[in-house]
Amino acid sequence: MKEIRLHGRGGQGVVLSAKILASAAIEEGRYAQAFPSFGPERRGAPVVAFCRISDEPVITREPILEPDIIVVLDPLILRTIPVKNGLKKGGLAVLNSCFPPEQAAERYGFTDCVLATVDANEISIRFLGSAITNMAMLGALLKAEPVVSLESVIAQIEKKMGRIADKNIAALKEAFEEVRVAEIVSA
Amino acid sequence: MGSKRVSLEVSEVCAEAVRLADVDVVAAYPITPQTHIAEVLSEMVADGVLDAEYINVESEHSAMSCCIGASAAGARSFTATSAQGLALMSEMLYIASGLRLPIVMALVTRTLSAPLSIWGDYSDIMSVRDCGWITLFAEDGQEVFDFTLQAFRIAEDERVLFPAMVCMDGFHLSHVLEPVDVISEEEARDFLPVYRPKYRLHPSDPVSMGCFAMPDYFSEIKKRQDEELKGSYPVILEVWREWEERFGRRYAPLMSYWVDDAEMILVIAGGYAGTARLAVEGMRKRGMKVGLVSWKLWRPFPLDDVREILGKAPLVLVVDRALSVGGAGGPIANEIRAAFYHEKVRPQVVSMVAGLSGRDVLQRDFEAMTKRAMELAERGEIPYYEMYGVRE
Repeated sequence: MKEIRLHGRGGQGVVLSAKILASAAIEEGRYAQAFPSFGPERRGAPVVAFCRISDEPVITREPILEPDIIVVLDPLILRTIPVKNGLKKGGLAVLNSCFPPEQAAERYGFTDCVLATVDANEISIRFLGSAITNMAMLGALLKAEPVVSLESVIAQIEKKMGRIADKNIAALKEAFEEVRVAEIVSA
Repeated sequence: MGSKRVSLEVSEVCAEAVRLADVDVVAAYPITPQTHIAEVLSEMVADGVLDAEYINVESEHSAMSCCIGASAAGARSFTATSAQGLALMSEMLYIASGLRLPIVMALVTRTLSAPLSIWGDYSDIMSVRDCGWITLFAEDGQEVFDFTLQAFRIAEDERVLFPAMVCMDGFHLSHVLEPVDVISEEEARDFLPVYRPKYRLHPSDPVSMGCFAMPDYFSEIKKRQDEELKGSYPVILEVWREWEERFGRRYAPLMSYWVDDAEMILVIAGGYAGTARLAVEGMRKRGMKVGLVSWKLWRPFPLDDVREILGKAPLVLVVDRALSVGGAGGPIANEIRAAFYHEKVRPQVVSMVAGLSGRDVLQRDFEAMTKRAMELAERGEIPYYEMYGVRE
């Protein structure tokens, strides 16, 4: 089972990206679960969403405390929210950051993990006209670790996003190309 | 067309079951965490995929009142609510049951204020424990789907004619997207034919509903209501057997795991039963003889099942997500204690209250509660209840 925790802000589509990942896995015939950190929804406030993908039915109702993967949709929360909490040793962190992975690791104190960075703000503004970074970040995630196939995610975007699907698919693909991945060993 | 697997949020799963039930009237007022059910159903009606009247009401009291009126006129009626909404409609819940109207309600369980809280526990359902509705606890999205369709069939059976509610944990179920096998429209129509009420309010064949009862008849009517609600038990089992034959999924009033040789049985209702099952499985692997009961049928109370299954072990740990403030323990624990009071052989019952207002209960918490229950039993010092993990 892969346990993925997504961090961002209300309005960036954090919950939707968890749902798209889980739906893509279910469409692939696997098992998955997606849910938000429960509570009132407030635009701009830090938000967490969770996604489990497995070859067996997912039974637990626990939040994800020790993720295999974290995805951080907003560069500014890296300094204010303890996004690294519980990330497994050797786990993957996918960050929205304009810095290359080695530099981001030093800046934000990541060690013993695989770090993937992409400037999702720039890509989202270019393709969507605003910094709604969720689909760009999914593109970066899928390149760093193909937890589901790019095609399955594209199918879900088409299903769930209607007339704005094309732009989001373009952002997804661009981030898939642009993401930089590096293994970060202990300092 | 057969069953197909879909990925939906559990609230959407509930709405899909209501659509397949082809209801005639939906009357609902939005309240967190029930809101998505009302939203999706109103969209379905607006989009024409559900041919029903969606009544925009100004309160939950009115929602239930509309369902009562519609059901009395012979319409298949549905509503959904949570917590304060349930409290506001509680007056009408007793009326729906007393008038024997087969309304179906989804209760997205949430804590009753104060303190103000939007998160989930079972304080709302326990507050209307005695209202005379058939009550089912769902553990996952699949059960929400299955129970919702079954609820209409059970409620409308002429041997039953009681309202029924399906409870799902607020947020921990309602807001989770997961895979669910849904049946086709044809299968739904086969299982749940068009509602043809035996009695209804219609000018061409007048009947009275909601009559006044003097003290010299009230007791007789109440006794009959109680007996007939209990009499719905075999019909519920019959519907579950048919469901298993049609769709392959088996249900029982108490779903039990590893109970036959258990030295302790853990009892819990609702979504947290999944996490509890993983905890019990882990303890079994370590050689501990622990069993699990996931409670499905709350009303009518499955007295014989409780005695038969929980009587297998000398110790029962009941994890209640509700507290009877000023009372003698968790509500489910107390009913289990009452069920065994006159039995010669009875288990010790440890009552733990946990998971209030959506507080997570993890696998390790179930393990810690098990250890604590065994300690208390060993020492012979079982209190009315303990609140697990509380800071004092």
